[in-house]
Order: sequence, then C-alpha cells, then structure tokens
Amino acid sequence: MTNNQRNRTILNRIVFILLFSMLAISSFAQTQRFPKPEFETGYSQPSPDTPEPRALGIEYLDVLVLVLALSLASWLAIRKRSRKGLMWLSVFSLLYFGFYRLGCVCSIGAIQNVALTLSDPAYAISIPIILFFVLPLLFTLFFGRTFCASVCPLGVLQDLVIVKPIHIKPWLQKALGLIPYIYLGLAVLLAATGSDFIICRYDPFIGFFRMGASFTMILLGVVFVLMGLFVARPYCRFLCPYGVLLGWMSRFSKSHLSITPAECIQCKLCEHSCPFDVIDEPTEELKHEEKIKNRKRFTIFALLIPVWMFLGGLALSGVHGFLAKAHPDVYLAELLIKNPGLKNDTENLDVQTFLASGKTMEQLVSEASVVKSEYYTGSWILGVFLGLVIGVMLMNQFIVRKRTDYEPNKTGCFSCGRCMDYCPVKK
Amino acid sequence: MGDKKVNRRDFINSTMRLTAAVAVGGLAGMAVGKSNSGQYVWQIDPFECTQCGRCATECVLSESAVKCVHAYDLCGYCDLCGGYFKPGVKNLETAAEYQLCPTAAIERKFIEEPYFEYVIKKDLCIGCAKCVAGCTSFGNGSLHLQILHDICVDCNECAIARACPSDAIRRVPADDPYLIKGNFSPDEPAEWVNKS
Ligand code: SF4
Ligand code: SF4
Ligand code: SF4
Ligand code: SF4
Repeated sequence: MTNNQRNRTILNRIVFILLFSMLAISSFAQTQRFPKPEFETGYSQPSPDTPEPRALGIEYLDVLVLVLALSLASWLAIRKRSRKGLMWLSVFSLLYFGFYRLGCVCSIGAIQNVALTLSDPAYAISIPIILFFVLPLLFTLFFGRTFCASVCPLGVLQDLVIVKPIHIKPWLQKALGLIPYIYLGLAVLLAATGSDFIICRYDPFIGFFRMGASFTMILLGVVFVLMGLFVARPYCRFLCPYGVLLGWMSRFSKSHLSITPAECIQCKLCEHSCPFDVIDEPTEELKHEEKIKNRKRFTIFALLIPVWMFLGGLALSGVHGFLAKAHPDVYLAELLIKNPGLKNDTENLDVQTFLASGKTMEQLVSEASVVKSEYYTGSWILGVFLGLVIGVMLMNQFIVRKRTDYEPNKTGCFSCGRCMDYCPVKK
Repeated sequence: MGDKKVNRRDFINSTMRLTAAVAVGGLAGMAVGKSNSGQYVWQIDPFECTQCGRCATECVLSESAVKCVHAYDLCGYCDLCGGYFKPGVKNLETAAEYQLCPTAAIERKFIEEPYFEYVIKKDLCIGCAKCVAGCTSFGNGSLHLQILHDICVDCNECAIARACPSDAIRRVPADDPYLIKGNFSPDEPAEWVNKS
C-alpha cells in the first residue's frame, strides 16, 4: 500500500464514521446515504438472485388433471362399478395432488378464497382456485361424492389407512357431524373478515405432503392417522367443511353409486360393509298412530326452526367480541387497552412495531372497532345459519322415508365403493 | 298413489338440484367477476418490513423461504458495512466474531480500494433480517428480505404474512414476483393485489 493510498483509506474511514454517526440519528432511512461508487477496475456489479415461481400454465394443468380425475372417478363409481379402480385412482391423487402439488391449493381451502374475494373488494381470486372450488361441487351434483372417493388428497389418505373401523353410535355420529358446520361457518367468517385462513392453518395432513411442519401440526397429523385406523376418515366425517357443501350437492345428485347393480335381494351382506356407517337400512312399515304422531312432531319442529335461528344468532352475536380476537388488529388493540404497561415491554414485537409505526392508539382502536362491527354482523349470520342447521336436523328425525332396500345415504356416502364389493348380485 | 309419491320426490329432487346448481353457478360467477386471470405469489415489501426476525421462524417450511437479497444497484460498497459488521467493531476484518450474520452467510470480497462487494450465500442465509436491520439503519438499505420462489411452496395464506407485525407481506402478480429495492417505488399502487 502506498502512502497515498493509506491516507485515502484513513480519510475515507473518518468521513465514513462521521457520516455513520450523523445518519444513525437522522430519520430519512431510505435515501441513498452513500453514492454508488464509480469503479476504476472495470468491475461489473452482479444482479440480485431472483428465481422464478412455478409457471402459470402448470396451474391450469392441475385443473385439467382435476377434471380428468373427477370424470374417471365418476365413471368408475357409477358405470364401471370398480372398487379397485377407485383405489388406484386414489393412489394417483394422493401422489399428484398430495405429494407432488403439496396439497395446496385444495378445494377445501378454496372456500376461504371465495369468501374473501366476495367480501374484500381489493382481493382478486385467481381462476384456477375458483375452478378447484366449483368443479368438485358440480360433479357431486351429478354423480355423488366421487371427489371424496378418490380425488381429494386428504380423503384418500385417510381412506387408504382404514384398518379396522369401529361402529359409532348414530346419535354420536349426528352430534359430531355438527362440527363441520361450525367449522365451515367459522372458516367463512374468519376469511371474509380478513382475519385468518383456519382451514389451511389447521390442515392436519399438509405436514406429510410437505414433509415438514411445526411439531404440533405433525403431532396432530399423526393423531389423525392413528385415529383413522379405527375411526374411518375422521377428518372427512367430523371436521371437513367442504364435506358439508358436498353433502348438500350429493343429497340431490342426479345419479349416485348404488350398492347393487340390479334388484336388491335383501341378503344383508352389505349391512356392515360401510366403514362410515352410512348405509340406510330398509324401513319398517309404521303404524297409523305412529305416523300421525310423527307428522305432529314434524310440524312442531318445523315451526321451531325460526326460534333456533333467532337463538343461534343471539348467542353467537353475544360472543362476537371473543371471535373478533382472531383478527390481529382487534387482538392488539384489546391487549393494549387491558395492559397499557405492555408499551414498555421491549420483548413484545407486535407492540413495539405498532409503537414504532407512528400509528396512534386512536387509529388502532378505530380500525379494530370497524373489524368488530363486521364480526357483529358476521356472527349473527353464523348463528342464524347454525340454528337453521340444528333445527333442520331435529326436524328431519321425524321424516320417515319409505325404503325397501339397502341404500347408501346420499349425503354421507363417500362413493368409496366398498359396499358394491359385498353385494352378491352381479349384473 | 305410490307412483305419485315417487314422482313428487323426483320433482323435489330436481328442483333442489337446479337450485343447488344455480347457487354454485352464482357463487362462481360472482367470484369470476372479481377474478384475475393471472396467478399471484407472496412477497415482502422491503419498505414496509421492520426486520422483526419472524421471517426466519414463521415460514411453514423448516428452511424458511425468506432470504436476504442484495440490490447491488443501491449498495455503497462500504468498507464499514452496517449489514456485515457488528456495531462498534474496530477491526474491519472478516473473522466471524466481527460479523453480524449468525451463520456467516455474507461473503465480503475486495473489489478495489476502498470498495467491497457483499455476496449472500443463499444456502446459509436463514432470513433473520439482522443484516437488513444493520444495512437499513446505517447504510443504503440495499440488503433486504425477499421470499425466494424456488423454495416457497406458495401457501394459500402465507404463514409469515399473518405473523408479520408490519403487514409487510402481500400478494404480487406471479409474472413480476419480486419487490427488489430500486426496481419498484414504494408508492407503486397495489392495484389488484390485496394486503390481507
Ligand atoms: S369429506 Fe372433505 S376431506 Fe374428506 S374426501 Fe371429502 S372433501 Fe376431502
Ligand atoms: S360407497 Fe358404500 S361403503 Fe363407501 S361410503 Fe358409500 S355406502 Fe359406505
Ligand atoms: S415478519 Fe415482516 S417485519 Fe418481520 S422480518 Fe419478515 S417481513 Fe420483515
Ligand atoms: S408462502 Fe408459505 S412457504 Fe412461502 S414464505 Fe410464506 S409460509 Fe413460507
């Protein structure tokens, strides 16, 4: 190093340190403090490393695969009547939608995107997500839940691990079957208010697909799989919010998988073949007095539905403040109101970031109260909806539909095809 | 009479089917009306980020998809780099104990007196934002965090976006998936993207 150079370096450092200390206290953080140097050695500056995301075309390829899988599943369930075919398709879907596509975006989660796009003017949903949401519903409306049979990666994962399904008492099934409605309602409420995507956050199986997740989520996944050995498809039956929508579609579907290809010979072989207990048995002829009594009860419960709806709305709107805490702004505002001392807690990142942002407490509180009022309306709607669901469920108890044969219950049947295999009537 | 009953049931079924079809179609139509034919991905707005450090821990992947990116165009090639050295160091040398980065992911290369180039070794960076904080408060702010799309699995809702105390993560069009400092202005309108 020549003297000259050394001097330059020292000078440079002094200037540097001066600037350094000056600028450390100045507030315009984003201006260029040090000019970009003019290099004398012909150095050329690299550009930042920005790897491209997956091409959009692949997104549409996924939709194509979805359509093909749905068509094939429907054909296998209704025309070909092949349990084996459905199983192989399941394996394919598990590999493609699960392990290759990493289980995301799935039709179940798409509920939230649709809810958010309808409520938030700034959020534009993408077409492939709409298709993922709509296509399985439409297919189910025509062919039953063939999506669940062998396309949904969550469903097929659970289906493939069933070992020894236990029988669950009908009343318990009914009661647990209410959870998906609650989950659906909450997921829509939280998504529409821009608070959270709980379906994605608490997807128990996505950790397997991604081969990694937080410890609790992996644990949850393992618990679900272990439970699934004995309680067939626990997520599908007692949690899945999309299953609620699919159930509605399937109930009125145009065609549906049938246990027997021809006439049922009442051999009862299929009676216990369904691991999900969704085969409806033939009904016994009711006595005349019974019928009258049922009709009366039916009328009473039908008239009670508005009461349930009102009570539901009242109850849930009463806890809207609690629900609203799912929104980070509301949470932070309430936290600071309750513990103003937290403002001195340097460890609390959210609080410190808020204080540093220059936003005033009034602004935060007014933003939070806007969110809260959305929650008020939302929880009324949610409560009315849940009241309706419970009311209809109670009322339906007294509808006795005449059935002469063993039939899959169209709402709950996943079209897995196991019962077909048990039926001795072939053609 | 039995036939009539069956007919009635069929009629109810088709009516309900039609209703369901119309409902689903309507929902889809409304969504399509608000849709965008493009795809979007998550990205960090470096002007919003406050370097809290959650990017390193909140990503659903065990190796965070967030890494430090260097906008060389903005870099001052400082000898005393606020992103490279721990505050208060006297020896501007390359030993690990003088470095801010906990994994020594930043490589310092001499270019010409008195300039140095700082290169981030992607496989070592954990996205902790320590260097970003240093560079932003004492330098040009050319070091900043970005979600790298060869690692990111593009979650339906980015787990970091939800945890970010500054709301710095938003959806951006997939055909322009980075917000590199210097290549976009902070007041660029976010048109169709949302900041959920
Ligand atoms: S019930 Fe839900 S999780 Fe189960 S297969 Fe159907 S869509 Fe998938
Ligand atoms: S296809 Fe048969 S066995 Fe499978 S869910 Fe439906 S009723 Fe049960
Ligand atoms: S979580 Fe937000 S504020 Fe924290 S480092 Fe990441 S982008 Fe920056
Ligand atoms: S979208 Fe998912 S993978 Fe990507 S940075 Fe966010 S949490 Fe990580």
